[in-house]
Amino acid sequence: MSTIIQVRELSKRFRDLQAVDSLSFSVQEADIYGFLGQNGAGKSTTIRMLLTLVAPSSGEIELFGMNLRTHRREILRKVGAVIERPDLYEYLTAYENLSLFARMSGIRPTSRLLMAQLEQVGLAERAQSKVRTFSQGMKQRLGIAVALVHNPDLVLLDEPTNGLDPQGIADIRNLILHLSAHQKKTVLVSSHLLHEMELIANRMLIIDKGKKIVEGVATELFDPAQTIVELDTTDPGFTAEKIGQSVWQPFLQERQGEKLLLKMDKSLIPAFTRDLVQQGVQILAIRPRHSLEDYFLSLTTANQHVEAFTN
Amino acid sequence: MTRPAISQNRSRAAGDRREPGRRGYTLFSILLSLLSLSAVLLPVGAHAQDAASLLQKVRARLDQVNDYQAAGLMKTNVPFLKVPEAQVIVYFKKPDKLKIKNEKGISLVPKGAVTISLNNLLKGGYTTLDAGMDTAGGYKVKVIKLLPQDDAADLVLSTLYIDEARLLILKARTTTRENGTYEVEMRYGKYIAYALPDKVIFTFNTKSYKLPKGITFDYDDGSKKQEIPAGTKGKVELSYSSYIINKGVSDGVFQ
Amino acid sequence: MWKLLQIELFKIFKRPRTYIPFGAIAGMVLIIQLGLKFDGRSYLELMMSSLSDSFYIPYTMIMNGYLVAFIILNTLLIQVPLLVALVAGDTVAGEANMGTLRLLVTRPFSRTQLMLVKFAASVIYTVLLLVWMAILALFLSMLLFGTNDMLIARNNVMEQIQASDVLWRYVAAFGYATVALSTVAALAFLLSIFAENSIGPIVSTISIVIVLTILSEMRIPLYDNTVKPWLFTSHMLAWKGFFYSRSDGQGAAIPGTIENLPAILRSLGVLLAYIVAFVTAAIWVFKKKDILS
Repeated sequence: MSTIIQVRELSKRFRDLQAVDSLSFSVQEADIYGFLGQNGAGKSTTIRMLLTLVAPSSGEIELFGMNLRTHRREILRKVGAVIERPDLYEYLTAYENLSLFARMSGIRPTSRLLMAQLEQVGLAERAQSKVRTFSQGMKQRLGIAVALVHNPDLVLLDEPTNGLDPQGIADIRNLILHLSAHQKKTVLVSSHLLHEMELIANRMLIIDKGKKIVEGVATELFDPAQTIVELDTTDPGFTAEKIGQSVWQPFLQERQGEKLLLKMDKSLIPAFTRDLVQQGVQILAIRPRHSLEDYFLSLTTANQHVEAFTN
Repeated sequence: MTRPAISQNRSRAAGDRREPGRRGYTLFSILLSLLSLSAVLLPVGAHAQDAASLLQKVRARLDQVNDYQAAGLMKTNVPFLKVPEAQVIVYFKKPDKLKIKNEKGISLVPKGAVTISLNNLLKGGYTTLDAGMDTAGGYKVKVIKLLPQDDAADLVLSTLYIDEARLLILKARTTTRENGTYEVEMRYGKYIAYALPDKVIFTFNTKSYKLPKGITFDYDDGSKKQEIPAGTKGKVELSYSSYIINKGVSDGVFQ
Repeated sequence: MWKLLQIELFKIFKRPRTYIPFGAIAGMVLIIQLGLKFDGRSYLELMMSSLSDSFYIPYTMIMNGYLVAFIILNTLLIQVPLLVALVAGDTVAGEANMGTLRLLVTRPFSRTQLMLVKFAASVIYTVLLLVWMAILALFLSMLLFGTNDMLIARNNVMEQIQASDVLWRYVAAFGYATVALSTVAALAFLLSIFAENSIGPIVSTISIVIVLTILSEMRIPLYDNTVKPWLFTSHMLAWKGFFYSRSDGQGAAIPGTIENLPAILRSLGVLLAYIVAFVTAAIWVFKKKDILS
């Protein structure tokens, strides 16, 4: 399995805003890679850097094993993307838009290919309609068709389900699963629809304020058998020392500020708690994460932003 | 340019005659006075007669031509006009119709060129003055001044420079009320038998010409533009290559 | 690049607003032609007022198609730069506004190619506008008013050009006008890079052209030798130089000649330098620009 995206220490500063801060992650072939974070976390900026829309302040990006800076054209021939809302030429028809972008992507599309693409996103009947007459959902679907028309190996989707009804969202989900499973395409999806991410992504990256919070296999991140446990104590340093000297040491993941994160089977939590108390640890709170949303909210400064994640 | 038509004019009468006076000294002094007087008056009277008769002869020469159609090259040398040389046809029909036409394009014809045809100069009543001799075009010429009797006429004074030997007007200078002074020079060659010139040089006064830059939006190429001094004269030269004489010219041409 | 250019032209000519300048030019030309057809004499009398005392003026012959075309160009080549700015100012800013710029920049061709193609498309549009103007202003005028020698009233001299000597001058003049208008297009193009809405670049271009034109036309000694020769607006009228003939030593115009060709070529050089500078700056800025639209 080859590495399709390799990002090392990627940073981007806009004047006095550090939008992305030393971000590193990798995406493997045929992954459906979930890219999660609040609004303003740096997701779009990161995706724009992957597409050369924004120049990194520092760091390296490799796609398909090639340096993005030096092999831009070859790489972009193999990449399709929908970035935020799908803006197309409203005074052209769906067919014309698709044809135009296909040709710009380096292919000579036949009429049959174009109609097949439109069929795939359910727009074949509206091929000759001007895009200005389309609903938001139809534009979204056309945007995806544009992203896929040149048969890219890597697909970057930034909020692909925006403006879609539940059926549309389900269609996109199925499409993404199809692209990965049957066409072996690698898909990086950024979204705030966490339950959708739970359903499709096999690996995930969560960022907040431009920094990586966690990256890993989705099942590991919120598999109940591999529950992330968040531990709040009065003295995290003392607590970490005690855990390090005990049988619980292998479960310790990392310290995040005043919190300690551990990964363990949920059933071990009571015994763990007892042991800590016996060793003199003053526990303020111990929180197991049972779902991606909980997990996400725990990792990000989300308390005041809860509304941002409710549909 | 056209020939003058010679009209009737009055000239001064020859000297007086006196009755013989008393015998002797008185008779002698009277005779002596008479002789002196005749010596003064007779030549003047004779010159005055010469001017009128010279004009009449010139007129008779010009009258040979009833009409003509002449092909020529017109060169315009006016300070504020930059126009190419033009092939023109000049039409003339007795007594005073003249038209300069550019068959292929536009020609700006000076107004005086037509109004003061030689025919017009010798039209109507005028007083003739012998103004002596001069040279013009390398020839000795007689200078005759014509003062129109009509006080309302546009022409105020005409001066003709006539080659007596060949009976040709070599130069004419005319002052008009409305349009200042014009000068016409004639050079003769092939058609001298008809007293038709090969070349006519017409000089005239010009008004100054200037249009505001806000109207013209000229391209300023950075070169210094020469100011045209006030009072600079304009010149039009007509060089004739051929004449078709007395073959008839329709009146429609002069519309 | 040719394929990209075809796509760019396709986009431009599929857009209804592209045709507005063509309509505007047609309207303006027809209005001027109508005015001159019915009352061209008054216009000529003004132009020839200093001459009419001394010369017979054949007004009907002078008001011919060649002169009418010149009058139209004289008028329009002040307004047409604004129409060019309308399209050129929209090239990049319009895409940013529509949101399509980010789709273009993520295609497998360089930003330099994209910019060159967009500018080339603006120039082609300008050429087509001028061809349209040539058809209406020149050929239609020739049809409506006939042809004859051409008289041009300059500030201190009246020039006459023989009918057979006119057309090649118009070809040269239109060619020069293309470069002049492309300079305006290049400026609008550069300003378009900085905006995400085409109003800004269009208004800025128009303002700059107006201010610089005023500076170019003013007679202030301080600016005459220092600033004016370097303003591109000082050189936009050089197309008229093709209608100024050389004269012989006696004041007659020599057909087939140009009074000051080196000056016209210098002006052309200045304009081309501006185009190169504007486009190079546009590409340089765009290459560094973060596309956040």
